Amino acid sequence: MAKKPRLAVWKFASCDGCQLSLLDCEDELLAVAGAVDIAYFPEATRGEVSGHYDVSLVEGSVTTEHDAERIKEVRERSKILVTIGACATAGGIQALKNFADVKQYISVVYAHPEYIHTLATSTAIAEHVPVDFELRGCPISKKQLVELVSALLAGRKPVTPPHSVCVECKLKGNVCVMVAHGTPCLGPVTHAGCNALCPSFDRGCFGCYGPQEAPNAASLSGELAKLGLDEKALRHLYSTFNVNAEDFRKEYERHGG
Amino acid sequence: MAGRTIKLDYLARVEGEGAFKVVVRNGKVKSAELRLFEPPRFFEAFLRGRAYSEAPDITARICGICPVAYQMAAVHAMEKILGIKIDPQVRLLRRLLYCGEWIESHVLHIYMLHAPDFLGYDSAIHMAKDHGDLVRRALEFKKIGNDVMNTVGGREIHPINVRVGGFYKVPRKADLAPLAERLKWAREAALDTVKLVATFDFPDNERDYEFVSLRHPNEYPLNEGRVVSSKGLDIPVEDYDKHFEEVHVAHSTALQSQIRERGTYFVGPMARFALNYDKLTPLAQQAAREAGLGKVCNNPFKSIIVRAVETVYAVEEALRLIAAYEPPARPYVEAPVRAGVGCHATEAPRGLIYHNYQIADDGAIMSARIVPPTAQNQPTIEKDLTAYVGQWLALDDKALQYRCEQAIRNYDPCISCSTHFLKLDVDRG
Repeated sequence: MAKKPRLAVWKFASCDGCQLSLLDCEDELLAVAGAVDIAYFPEATRGEVSGHYDVSLVEGSVTTEHDAERIKEVRERSKILVTIGACATAGGIQALKNFADVKQYISVVYAHPEYIHTLATSTAIAEHVPVDFELRGCPISKKQLVELVSALLAGRKPVTPPHSVCVECKLKGNVCVMVAHGTPCLGPVTHAGCNALCPSFDRGCFGCYGPQEAPNAASLSGELAKLGLDEKALRHLYSTFNVNAEDFRKEYERHGG
Repeated sequence: MAGRTIKLDYLARVEGEGAFKVVVRNGKVKSAELRLFEPPRFFEAFLRGRAYSEAPDITARICGICPVAYQMAAVHAMEKILGIKIDPQVRLLRRLLYCGEWIESHVLHIYMLHAPDFLGYDSAIHMAKDHGDLVRRALEFKKIGNDVMNTVGGREIHPINVRVGGFYKVPRKADLAPLAERLKWAREAALDTVKLVATFDFPDNERDYEFVSLRHPNEYPLNEGRVVSSKGLDIPVEDYDKHFEEVHVAHSTALQSQIRERGTYFVGPMARFALNYDKLTPLAQQAAREAGLGKVCNNPFKSIIVRAVETVYAVEEALRLIAAYEPPARPYVEAPVRAGVGCHATEAPRGLIYHNYQIADDGAIMSARIVPPTAQNQPTIEKDLTAYVGQWLALDDKALQYRCEQAIRNYDPCISCSTHFLKLDVDRG
């Protein structure tokens, strides 16, 4: 029997939610655990196998000098490196500090700023090392995670469509919240993956999965302005979990961010 | 052996990044440090200037394991500022959502993070090789908690349906009915869990703790109540800052909370249980009694039993709420924006969580302060290590290190609740 592929799960600056998604795959977890050798996953196990890994799942963004070095080591030890979630693929909500004075941020939260060591930026893993595949989302979709692991085990490319949330709404038969109810929605520019969750709950998309491939955010912003969103509201809409993803960042900055 | 240093550079089976170091000299514990090196993420800083309505979605991202705790504390604080009175059915749905999070988080901790310590495995996945049925039942139990969150909140990690004033969309009665059937199974699973964990072998370690939790006149506390303690504190949440303070000290790695008058305290399931035993359902009380618990449990290693008893309660409460649910006329209420200050505390699975906000007359957040449970427990965890390690010195280094790890995991520490957590250099002089 062929040796099982060795899987590692790494954490950088994050909320732990994306790696929790793996433990939340209640129906598939034991099957996955049977098909791979979980060699490093400290959230779930004390056991640790040193050496190289066939697949590394990386959660979180780089915010410290130590982590900027650590990701290089993870890359060296991994045959395939997959980033999971908005922190790892775009820098996460903590990338808001990229647009602010970090010294001031530290003084807002901590009484002794001299104790704190942090980089001025929160950046995506791909800004530091080559990444083989990325799963979007804040958090990632369990369905896409299972698809990813199955595809890697089968030696094929995972299927994660790069189209917008709009397409998911149409496939689902949702009434358009923007056209029918005048609800501001980022669906037209946001990467699919959530199965149009928010519009299914009578809410506009707020961009958990980041920009779709080649979005026309400027055009959407024009429509959102017609619905009454001012510059500040537009800035807020584009500057959450994926603020440092290029297409959202540009639109955020275009409105004064 | 005159000196021993027990350290572990990366704690496993906790949420987030932590390490510990215990220094022993001449048979006495000289120091015990729990280092939390989760990188700071500055939520309280970047919340400034954001709209009040964004607080539930943004603060949820502090923690993927207990996002509902953050969302609930945020929406209630904002509703106090705006003078919003929520529909009683919205209150019911929020409580149901929170029950889902308690079930999901507690079952995760009991079976995936904590039980392997007692049964001698590295992880639940390793445990599944010998105890397949047990782990499969645990996963099904956990999934029911997640599905309660999916149904009410839209998804289990960072729910999207929570807003200031209520929900974006409320479920129909028929949407909740299938959950009730599965929760009836879960009630048996919860009772079996209590029975199972009661058979574990516990070290005999007890201390005199000051327990702190919410207390509500009519119910086991989730979303509201007065802040009470086992040493006589009984205050409205609005007086929290008069009695509690956060200290940023050089020898520690987090802002540490303490009661101004007395020092360290203990939040979480053991605190809620000690202070609200009378509000548990008769079945949960009976399960606790049969598991050998008194009305107060002072042994943190037995927190796994208390956590299991709370799953019995959360399942029964979810069933009661589903039976009583009638969809409200409107999913949410709105109110004109006005300036003000508001605070609120709720009970996250791992203990009391406190939020305090000031907003301007245009709804922009002027200041935000968030006190997560693990920041409150951290000094107590260090004191546990200091107090207990002396009793464990007969163990060899490996066993002692493992025992220390367990002493930390007793608290289900959530290090990713990183608002206050930072890396810093420790000066050892």
